Amino acid sequence: MPYLGSEETVKELKRALSNPNVQSDRLRYRNVILRVIRFMTQGLDMSPLFMEMVKAGASVDIVQKKLVYLYMCTYAKLKPDLTLLAINTLRKDCADPNPMVRGLALRNMCNLRMPGITEYIQQPVLTGLRDKASYVRRVAVLGCAKMRNLQPDAEIDGTVVNELYGLLRDPDPVVMVNCLRALEEILKAEGGVVINKPIAHHLLNRLKDLDAWGQSETLGFLLRYRPRDDTELFDILNLLDGHLQGGDSAVTAATLRLFLQLASGHPTVQADALVRARGPLLATCTASSRELRFTGLCHVQRVLRSLPAQFSPDYKKFFCSYSEPGYIKFRKMEILVELVNDDNVVLVLEELQAYCTDVSPELAQAAIFAVGRIGRTYSERGLAILTGLLGLRQEHITSAVVQTFRDLVWLCPQSTACVCQAIAGCEEIIQDSDGKQALIWLLGMHGDQISGAPYILEDYIDSLKTELSTLVKLELLTAMTRLFLSRPAETQDMLGRLLHFCIEEETDMCVRDRALFYHRLLRCGVEETRQVLGGPKSDPSLGLIAGRPEEPINNWAAHFNTLEPVSSSGSVVAGIGCDGAALPTLGGSDGTTHSAANCTLAVQEASEDLCSGLPEEATSFNLTLGPALTPEAFEKLWLELETFQTVSLPCSEPSSQPETLQAALQLVQIQALAFSRPGSVPWKAYLYAHGSETIILAELLCGPGSDEDRLLVTVKQEPRDEKVQRGFLSVLETVLQTLVSDAT
Amino acid sequence: MISQVFILSSKGDHLIYKDFRGEATTDAINVFYQMVTALPGDQPPVVMTREGLHFIHIRQGGLYCVATTTTNASPFTIIEFLNRLAALIKDYCGSLSEKSVRMNFALIYEMLDEMLDYGYIQTTSTDILKNFIQTEAVSSKPFSLFDLSNVGLFGAETQQSRVTPSASASRPIMSSRGDQGGKNEIFVDVVERLTVVIGANGVLMKVDIQGEIKVKCYLPTCSEMRIGLNEEFSVGKSQQRGYGAAVRVDECNFHQAVRLDEFDSYRILKICPSQGEQTVMQYQLCDDLPSAPPFQLFPTVERDKSDRLLIYLKLRCDLPPKSAAINVSVTVPIPKGSLSMSQELSSPDQRAELQPSSKAVHWEISRFPGGAQLSALFKLEVPGLSAASLLEVGPVSMSFELPKHTCTGLQIRFLRLTPVQPNPSPRWVRYVTHSDSYTIRI
Repeated sequence: MPYLGSEETVKELKRALSNPNVQSDRLRYRNVILRVIRFMTQGLDMSPLFMEMVKAGASVDIVQKKLVYLYMCTYAKLKPDLTLLAINTLRKDCADPNPMVRGLALRNMCNLRMPGITEYIQQPVLTGLRDKASYVRRVAVLGCAKMRNLQPDAEIDGTVVNELYGLLRDPDPVVMVNCLRALEEILKAEGGVVINKPIAHHLLNRLKDLDAWGQSETLGFLLRYRPRDDTELFDILNLLDGHLQGGDSAVTAATLRLFLQLASGHPTVQADALVRARGPLLATCTASSRELRFTGLCHVQRVLRSLPAQFSPDYKKFFCSYSEPGYIKFRKMEILVELVNDDNVVLVLEELQAYCTDVSPELAQAAIFAVGRIGRTYSERGLAILTGLLGLRQEHITSAVVQTFRDLVWLCPQSTACVCQAIAGCEEIIQDSDGKQALIWLLGMHGDQISGAPYILEDYIDSLKTELSTLVKLELLTAMTRLFLSRPAETQDMLGRLLHFCIEEETDMCVRDRALFYHRLLRCGVEETRQVLGGPKSDPSLGLIAGRPEEPINNWAAHFNTLEPVSSSGSVVAGIGCDGAALPTLGGSDGTTHSAANCTLAVQEASEDLCSGLPEEATSFNLTLGPALTPEAFEKLWLELETFQTVSLPCSEPSSQPETLQAALQLVQIQALAFSRPGSVPWKAYLYAHGSETIILAELLCGPGSDEDRLLVTVKQEPRDEKVQRGFLSVLETVLQTLVSDAT
Repeated sequence: MISQVFILSSKGDHLIYKDFRGEATTDAINVFYQMVTALPGDQPPVVMTREGLHFIHIRQGGLYCVATTTTNASPFTIIEFLNRLAALIKDYCGSLSEKSVRMNFALIYEMLDEMLDYGYIQTTSTDILKNFIQTEAVSSKPFSLFDLSNVGLFGAETQQSRVTPSASASRPIMSSRGDQGGKNEIFVDVVERLTVVIGANGVLMKVDIQGEIKVKCYLPTCSEMRIGLNEEFSVGKSQQRGYGAAVRVDECNFHQAVRLDEFDSYRILKICPSQGEQTVMQYQLCDDLPSAPPFQLFPTVERDKSDRLLIYLKLRCDLPPKSAAINVSVTVPIPKGSLSMSQELSSPDQRAELQPSSKAVHWEISRFPGGAQLSALFKLEVPGLSAASLLEVGPVSMSFELPKHTCTGLQIRFLRLTPVQPNPSPRWVRYVTHSDSYTIRI
């Protein structure tokens, strides 16, 4: 935060610090130092004051010392030569009779992260390890780790390691835990501190002397230990049992993790531990700290994967409070869906129903999806609630309900009749594209049972010009063609209009190709069309809650009490926030996979023309698709390789959909890995291809920094082969030009 | 292990920043603030990751307390640590706010230096920390003679429950060093959080009480303290004690330092409290409310001839006549299209307003005596009112505070310090029930 006058401030502080009048007045001196620290925290550069601050450190006032040390540790890197001046004071303090001063000096000396400091700190650290005061020993032990990390290339000092192993028997519990931590860092390259049988048993016996932090950390180190036989295993588990139900959530979680890993060969023991940890886990889910509550909920979700019945009696604990933040509510709803059973389904649904009318649209939609998920098992009850919600005639509610209906119809065919009755009139309310897609899919798939289906779809056809979403248009094409098969008389005319519009006037490549595809398909004959578009109308084998297999505990035990359950969930929450469709995992997929498959089909056909247009010379050498590269591998290779050539191709960014582009590139054996969204600036794409035993990586860039209608291509190749690379570029150019000319 | 700890104000000002391992740059603060503010809504997820650096934060008192780590550490440990840090700041500085942190940053740096070394937690116990911490706290509240006189006036009795001026409990624990005497107080607070859902037919659908007994001790050294609970206090579903109405909870757990040898027979908790605040006992009760729910609502929602929506609410407080609820706030969701509102409230000390952003009417009552009944009539102008709009009204949610009241009936019988101190220090017992989630369906 550099603001005007910061130089002035530094000068003024410098004057004040070197003013003998200030120096003689203890309080004034300290106040000036406090100001320096305050500016430092705000991000101002206070390093010019280093000299004055070092002088201020040679004081008997311990508060002042601490402030100066804080300053020095921050700027030591920038002023290594001046820091050396302070070393003498620090070393003198390391021999002070007061253990607090000794510890303070030693700790801060080790915190000076600058090159060459190790030679000065080695001796004080080694002396500190044998200090009488445990406070100094604690600092010295961690000092060994700091020293090691300052010179990571040096040999590991065997005597220090041995001394640290010896200090595991130190009477002070914090020294013991610090030894574990330091050894872990020093021996990182060798896999960390060794936990053999005597050490493990020693740690287990000392556990009760430690505070909660030490306990949870030591339990973490014990994860590494493998008991020899079952007798030893059960002895250990018995010893740990008390910690499982202790008051501290961190200790409970660490103990539970250890239980689950030690007993990985005994599923019943694991299940038993989970049952006993139920109370403490539930307590964290209702803790007064929201953050802790969230963490608890994320871990309960893991447990539910294996023991869905475990928390069913406590379902009321997962009801949302009115004042809770959204991220907790989303999580609770997900849990409610998981633990529903015959006994509590009525009350859970009633509760979820109340959330469906929440002020926040995201939350309301998530609640509706949750009702839908439960409706897959308890379809009558779910349907009753969902149809009731349609009566509210609210845009976001109706949209979510129709999306849920689509999933329900697909998964539970028995609900079809009811859904078909209910969706009449929804078309006036739904405005968003997700909802429209779902409605159109339902009308196309089950149009034979909905009397007004053709006329609703006709309205959509009439307003096609103003429709922006490609996916809605695609869905409409599929639905219309499908409906034509079951109700030809009513729909013939409008299908004709739709296809005509999409082929003649539509600018979107994907839509046009799809229209062309259906057009050709219909020309082949009705039976052929039926074969392609028919298919089953539902798939009840998917998504039943009741029949879901329980996941083995060992699948997630390794990640229990780590950041993984908490952070992966973060993205889910964000997902709900964005599109409101993250709850039903099957949600978008069943409808869209069909359309995606169809899309590729249509696109392939459309790009046959492309293929024929390719110059002979370009295809004469062989590009091949396989073996596939993962994005990670691609990224690694991309960073390793040098740029072979950068050329600028005379064509603009392809305006077509990613699917089209991908299919077109695949046709010429180039694999596309990632695309920017169409229209974004800068637009980028990453491609790769194999050919003549080399691999070619390419990045397409269009946007700021390059001309509007030129595409910057960066090519990297391993091993280099001029000929293949030239061929690759010419193929790429042809494809891109064809796509661009086709689209315009 | 923790790489950095920093505290930001809600506006993103850097209040405290300490780097323990030099693994990440100062830039992490700005990265964090950008991520937090870029998230939709003001309730971001707790853990965020950017380029291998995990940010774990809690929000308290309008501040972000953030820890960063590069390892896959235990989230429970780090969150508990941050909570503990916040509690310690509260203890040492009197309160946790932007102002108090700004004024006491040297103290907080000193504290962090002792609590963490190289990112490893060393100690968080007040008893140990107080030996190392030398900086005096700067209290953000000016000293008020009024507080002192109040304490002196009522400080003698211990058996009855009463409320002390809240300011006297929110002062730094260490400021008593040097001056002594009347300020060596002990506060015992029984705090309950109440969550209730009442169905449209007036039936209790969900009740959940989370209670805790907190001890805040200003004595530099304290000998054993004995806290006597009601003798009828029972834990679990089946256990019954005493002859009167039992005070029952489903589950309770205790602070590690509490000794329970007299708990089973006499319901006495024994503890040697360390300086500062600690939660001695936590308990929960679900699905059962020993007394009547504190509020009953009788709503009527209808449309009049001129297409206005009339919401008539009658709210009754079922507390005993001597107690009262304070800061009662009632939120009624209303149809989306509502334009304006006219109101008729039964007494002048109430306020109500229409909040178009959250589509709700807020009705606030600063003080609501037990046994009283208040009513409000809201007339809403809703263009295009339909039958469906009526369904958008509700559920009503309330938040309030009940001083001197516990819903479970838990009471502190006595509070004794042994051995008896030469000059008895004031001991205070306070009860309060909070509810921020009291929902009544319509």
